Amino acid sequence: MLEIFQYGFVLRGFEAGLIVAFIAPLIGIFLVLRRYSLIADTLAHVSLAGIALGIWLGINPVLSALGVTILSSLGIERLRERRRIYGESALALFLSGSLAIATVLLSLGKGFNTQILNYLFGSILTVTQMDVYVMAVLALVVAGLTFLFFKELVYISFDEDSARVAGIPVRLINTILIVLAALTISLAIPVVGVLLIAALIVIPVITALSLGVSFLHTIIYAEIISIVSVLSGIYASFYLDLSAGGTIVIIMLLVFSLVQMFTRRFSS
Amino acid sequence: MHNIDDNVVEVQKVSFSYNGNEVLQDIDLAIHRGDYLGLVGGNGAGKTTLLRIILGLLSASAGSVRLFGSDISDFSDWSKIGYVPQKATSFDAKFPATAFEVVLMGLYGKRGLFRHIRGTDKELALKALALVEMEDESARLIGTLSGGEQQRVFIARALVSEPEILFLDEPTVGVEKNVRDAFYALLRRLNEDLHLTVVLVTHDIESIAHEAMHIACIDRTLEFCPSAAEFLREGHSITQAHHL
Repeated sequence: MLEIFQYGFVLRGFEAGLIVAFIAPLIGIFLVLRRYSLIADTLAHVSLAGIALGIWLGINPVLSALGVTILSSLGIERLRERRRIYGESALALFLSGSLAIATVLLSLGKGFNTQILNYLFGSILTVTQMDVYVMAVLALVVAGLTFLFFKELVYISFDEDSARVAGIPVRLINTILIVLAALTISLAIPVVGVLLIAALIVIPVITALSLGVSFLHTIIYAEIISIVSVLSGIYASFYLDLSAGGTIVIIMLLVFSLVQMFTRRFSS
Repeated sequence: MHNIDDNVVEVQKVSFSYNGNEVLQDIDLAIHRGDYLGLVGGNGAGKTTLLRIILGLLSASAGSVRLFGSDISDFSDWSKIGYVPQKATSFDAKFPATAFEVVLMGLYGKRGLFRHIRGTDKELALKALALVEMEDESARLIGTLSGGEQQRVFIARALVSEPEILFLDEPTVGVEKNVRDAFYALLRRLNEDLHLTVVLVTHDIESIAHEAMHIACIDRTLEFCPSAAEFLREGHSITQAHHL
């Protein structure tokens, strides 16, 4: 059972998975509670345009995705803040717009190739040691900033008006949150791909939320669900030769369904 | 009668328009240290709008607001202000926070950025919960408490930073009568014993007229009634006139 850990690429896959599994719910809880779940999905699609740009320019696609996603996250936040258009329309604009840019860039360059599939659905087998280092640094930044602004993030998620009256710089904290979401998405690309990142950010959090426990316990449970699902998903995908991203998300959905059944029975 | 330094809130010639409709016109209002003011008016009369302007959540179209002597745009000592928002619209009942965690939030602004909550803050939060007689419910999720209990938790959150003035927006909506009476008794105690300035926005004119020192009646413009007893004697004609 343990012999797969002899292989370097397997170990790297687990390292990358562990990093993503730890970071995704940490940001996810604030995105879900602020009704920003769809922002995760939008930014994931935006990151595809960044990847296409990277492939076209011949630079590391994860880094170009990082830049494009952060810039777009600031643009989305600005559009929502000005309220000239509806919040969800701003998301639709960025989601479809960035896909359009991605397809055009890909057709301009070397066209669709297998590389793009790796970014769409993730490719844990091809994660390099360099990828793991980049992910670890990004994860440290995300975890550090979340820790630094934790109490402010909690307050604006609960009640933005009261937070403002309490003197909390709501605009700054909102911007920090959306940039953190962009960082999280960029670092998760190699593991689950752009199409499944939102699932990693959202599902463990909504599962933990349905347990009806305190804020701190919700984060702890979401972390446990996320880490167990990601590691078991990667393990199963190696053994059964399945897509790691898809397997992880299906395991998360199973855990979600089980928790729903359990809490319903428990409450009735 | 009042020294100018005693003015906690000064509203001067404030007007507010929304989509071309004038919601508030030339409002003048001074709130002094130790006052208990009832801000009354019907639905859409502009009382919540005025409160939001005083708290800096909305900008007035004209006029000025001063808090503790400084203009609202320069004011930074927000821990002097306690705010209990309108319950129904202000929070998500499914939010995963215990009563204790909600009260602790009241200290987040006071501590400032980059500073974390300490053990003494947790003691303060428990003390604030005890003040509103909710200490036994501290571990319960906010969404599982009754309307009256939630309201007391929000008051504890507003009180934990030891503010000098407490603003409450329609705190008695959807709360049963016996709970409401206990709630007014609590506010009276805070005002009389702790010398807290209290500003309560409500459409429950009957109750507040028996509780507050002064009444300000809002219907686009503001009529100030220095004594609640006088308001009860004459004021009803004012309110009725405003509703015609």
